[in-house]
Amino acid sequence: MSRPILSVKGLVKRFGGLVATDNVTLDVRPGEIHALIGPNGAGKTTLISQLVGELRPDAGTIELEGRGIGGLSTARRIRLGLARTFQITCLLPEYSVLDNVAIAIQIRQGHSFRFWGNVRHDKALREAAIGFLDTIGLAPRADEQVANLSHGEQKQLELAVALATEPRLLLLDEPMAGLGHTESRQMVELLKGLKSQVSMLLVEHDMDAVFALADRISVLVYGRVIATGTAGEIRDNPEVRAAYLGEGDEAC
Amino acid sequence: MDKSINKPFLLAGVLIVLVALPFLANAAGYPALTSLATRALIYGIAAASLNLVLGYGGMVSFGHAAFFGLGGYVVGILYQHYTQDDMLLGLIPGTNQLLVTLPATLLVSGLAAALIGALSLRTGGVQFIMITLAFAQMLFFLFVSLKTYGGDDGLIIRRANELPGLNMRDKQTIYYVYLAIAAIFFFLLWRIVNSRFGNVLVGLRQNERRMAALGLPAYRYKLAAFVISGMGAGLAGCLMANFLRFASPDMVHWTKSGELMVMVVLGGVGTLFGPLIGAAAYTILEAVLASWTEYWQLGLGFILLFVVLYTHGGIQALFARIGGRRP
Repeated sequence: MSRPILSVKGLVKRFGGLVATDNVTLDVRPGEIHALIGPNGAGKTTLISQLVGELRPDAGTIELEGRGIGGLSTARRIRLGLARTFQITCLLPEYSVLDNVAIAIQIRQGHSFRFWGNVRHDKALREAAIGFLDTIGLAPRADEQVANLSHGEQKQLELAVALATEPRLLLLDEPMAGLGHTESRQMVELLKGLKSQVSMLLVEHDMDAVFALADRISVLVYGRVIATGTAGEIRDNPEVRAAYLGEGDEAC
Repeated sequence: MDKSINKPFLLAGVLIVLVALPFLANAAGYPALTSLATRALIYGIAAASLNLVLGYGGMVSFGHAAFFGLGGYVVGILYQHYTQDDMLLGLIPGTNQLLVTLPATLLVSGLAAALIGALSLRTGGVQFIMITLAFAQMLFFLFVSLKTYGGDDGLIIRRANELPGLNMRDKQTIYYVYLAIAAIFFFLLWRIVNSRFGNVLVGLRQNERRMAALGLPAYRYKLAAFVISGMGAGLAGCLMANFLRFASPDMVHWTKSGELMVMVVLGGVGTLFGPLIGAAAYTILEAVLASWTEYWQLGLGFILLFVVLYTHGGIQALFARIGGRRP
């Protein structure tokens, strides 16, 4: 077994009396899609926020490829190979689709204290951005302003932008949320195709997508991981069924 | 962003008019027009500098009069030591050379912007507005209480700074020197807003969270923009003090920050030449309305209200729409 890409140990986050993350330990192995499921309010997004550094955990360690990143700023973590997509799309609305990807590549390339050359005439940057849009299937929409995209297209663009930072680990916060059935299917196919390039931690409510994609699944309830295992093991786990699957709102 | 620069013919036309302006003004019998245009150029530089942080970067600074005033005082204080033939703080000799005062202005206003920016940029939103305002007012009261340098009354600069080979007492010469400086300034600004730096700056205004998620350490870029912007405002202050031959606490007063903001909004927030157009409009309106009534600011207020409510992006956007182009 090779060293995990992401290794979280004993993570704790309290908001006053509420324990939002309760001693969470999990890891993501190279080339793996590890899904994180759980009812609403289980603390999934809180966990993601701690992984990217928007929230500070009260205890525990986060390691990316064996390196402790718990004390680093968001920007540093991204530079070390972390990337995320947002549950509620978070893009640059006044820029074009292409600009959104190009700026991600620009930032990955190094500092932006360059005041002279016109960034929109930078051929290498534009071509690299088109490459990522091709992967996602958004290339025909490259010159469209982001504000004019449909919700599904914005979700796809989120993914293209995250990939453009060339991450080692992708944190996907509900990539299917708000997508129609066909769009969901497309997204699943897309993520399947990307599996060989990047490891993923997938937070998702859509069970069909989770069971189609995940190598392993962890179930988070009230901030605690109650089970980790393959799709089959999770399906058969009585505790999980009681806490989550058996409640009759699988698709919530 | 800056559609106007893509129209080189329009730009060349405007430049020709600006070059010919003193002659046209004399021919038309309004020589005062040249002075008016000089003021508009100076305020245009100051407003465009403010616009770099306000319009492009989304940082609403309400304290840019601080840098504008500092620019003026650098000229005034160095001139006073020059005439008294003594040393500032016993170290720095005075001077009346523009080639010295201008870099000195950039240095002083840049340092001040670095200091004020480093502290203010730890906040955002309304707090940022109030903190920049507070710093500018601190500087205002400092200059009011500095009796050595004129206190309330300000500093009179009996002769404008000299430039080798040019007669800087001639209004027309000053106009052309300032026009050249403004042309260089706007060329540099054009490069900056379209560069990689400008790209992340505009990105930060649109969505700071997204930029962090791309791995951008936002603070240093905002600070750099704030310093550049402060230097631009300082440059304008230096030019203004030379033009008026006077530096006073009025230049640092918060109403000056407000005026610069009005010019930016009037002309077009986040556009390259909008602030220059706004500065010209403001200067002309002030001159025209003030000749009718001493309550000219009331009239200006109504016009500003109209521009904000109905032009969707200032005079620049209005022009663009009249020209049949979507802004």
